[in-house]
Amino acid sequence: MAARAIWKGVVKLGKAEVPVKLYSAVTDKSIHFRLLHKTDLEPVRQQMINAETEEPVAWEEIRKAFPITRSSLVVLDKEELDEILPEASRDIEVTRFVDPEDIDHRWYDRAYYLGPDQSSEHYFALAEALEKKKKEGVAQWVMRGKNYIGALRADDGYLMLIVLRHADEVIDAESLGAPQGRALDKRELAMAEQLIDALSGEFKADEFKDEYRERVLELVKMKAKGRKPKVVKFRPKTTKEESLDKVLAASLAGVGKKRAAGGSR
Amino acid sequence: MAAVEEEVESGGSSGRPFWSGTITFGLVSIPVGLFPASRSRQGVGLRMVAGDDGAPLQRRYVCSKDDKPLDWDDIVRGYEIEKDKYVVVTDDELEALAPRKSRDIDLRLFVDRSEIDPKFFERGYFLAPAGGSNKAYRLLAEVMERSGRAGVATFVMRSKEYVIAIIAENGILRAETLRFADEIRSADDVGLPEHKKVKAAEVKKFEAAIQARAKKVDFHEFLDDYEKRIEDLAKRKQKKHEDVIRVSEPEEATDAGGGEVVDLLEVLSRSLGKGGGRKPARKAPTKRTAAKKTAAKRK
Repeated sequence: MAARAIWKGVVKLGKAEVPVKLYSAVTDKSIHFRLLHKTDLEPVRQQMINAETEEPVAWEEIRKAFPITRSSLVVLDKEELDEILPEASRDIEVTRFVDPEDIDHRWYDRAYYLGPDQSSEHYFALAEALEKKKKEGVAQWVMRGKNYIGALRADDGYLMLIVLRHADEVIDAESLGAPQGRALDKRELAMAEQLIDALSGEFKADEFKDEYRERVLELVKMKAKGRKPKVVKFRPKTTKEESLDKVLAASLAGVGKKRAAGGSR
Repeated sequence: MAAVEEEVESGGSSGRPFWSGTITFGLVSIPVGLFPASRSRQGVGLRMVAGDDGAPLQRRYVCSKDDKPLDWDDIVRGYEIEKDKYVVVTDDELEALAPRKSRDIDLRLFVDRSEIDPKFFERGYFLAPAGGSNKAYRLLAEVMERSGRAGVATFVMRSKEYVIAIIAENGILRAETLRFADEIRSADDVGLPEHKKVKAAEVKKFEAAIQARAKKVDFHEFLDDYEKRIEDLAKRKQKKHEDVIRVSEPEEATDAGGGEVVDLLEVLSRSLGKGGGRKPARKAPTKRTAAKKTAAKRK
């Protein structure tokens, strides 16, 4: 069954225009729980309360305010806030192209397929050109009153737009100091490197399956029948600093044995 | 209002990691805590207030039956098996479904970082060393960074299984959650038309357009200016003395989510500094409001 487009826009690249439809490329399969009140098992809901009096405050009474100084707020009403929303537009403006590795992984948020809207000539030409050039376009657009930035890329001959987080939504790794300590031991570094080599392989996404979803559903079924599950805990251990070299050596030996026996992961 | 599904994004600001456990690399076990590397920007600096005195508000869970505010201890997780009928599951039971995966990230595969398709990435987390020594942590970060490889594994966090890529950068380990293959649709699932052969000249035109615009980009240029517009609007009104309210204790009035990123930085710096006997590189800001400005201005 074909998916429904969630939005329509026009990719603008200089004078060229590529009309497109947007489709979500991801589906959420995770299990959702409800939060319940422990004593009566009634669902909980969210409520704004006055922090001082703990009295509930009706949604109609709530106003938005901007803290302008330490001791004063300016109340902004809905009309005023709506007025400054980014201007609605159908344009997906692409002004620059970068190498894929220039985009930090942490910025990737959510992927959308772009499908051709009416004419597909420009659509497939742009997809092919992106593939050939091995570049990703930096795209900006406004969708439902919100500014977006994204990476426009080719995915198997189709256009894909990946929403990126804005830089100020992501913690700057450079502002964090890396853990420090005494210089690392050369021999240990070499062994760790060998271990990574021995464990290296190809990334095949479908080798990783969510086995947990099923187990959660089974647990629910079992409990619905009134049966009690057994609870066991796993207690991880920590490798002691002094024995790191021995543990690495043993790890390497272990990996070697598995390989020799022809056993893979 | 509909019943609340899951806890709203929380953690981090409390100073406690989202998840804590170990990374297993061969037979080496490395204790770590996991902290979000991004925040959602729902708040955009705005606070919710009530009445003319601008009384600060709190978002609380209340029972839908008697409207009583609840503490986290009064709340359990339920799965709806039929309309309005729930089976309660506890954190311990959920953990017991995969006891090892709930506490351990077992790195048994390393892949080339560039091999992982961007569409899989969901969200980043920093891993900070926990426990006494950070030597094994530093060792793994160092060799992973040199190799340019990412470690791939699955683990269970907060009642959900994740597939993650662990990446080392600047001496810090990061976990990027990925989507499972069955959560990614194919072009066929979406119903995109079949590839169409296009004229070579048309492709060439686009190639030239791409080439002409190829350059390095500093993504900090692409800041969303909405927050700035809100601030400007507030300043304009302040000048005209319109709708200005005085508050006595502004520090307490922060709406949930507001100062999250700053707190995270503080918590992370502290956690990363652990075990090495070194002070965190960044000084933790003392006041939330002042700190938020710094965070926004930092490039």
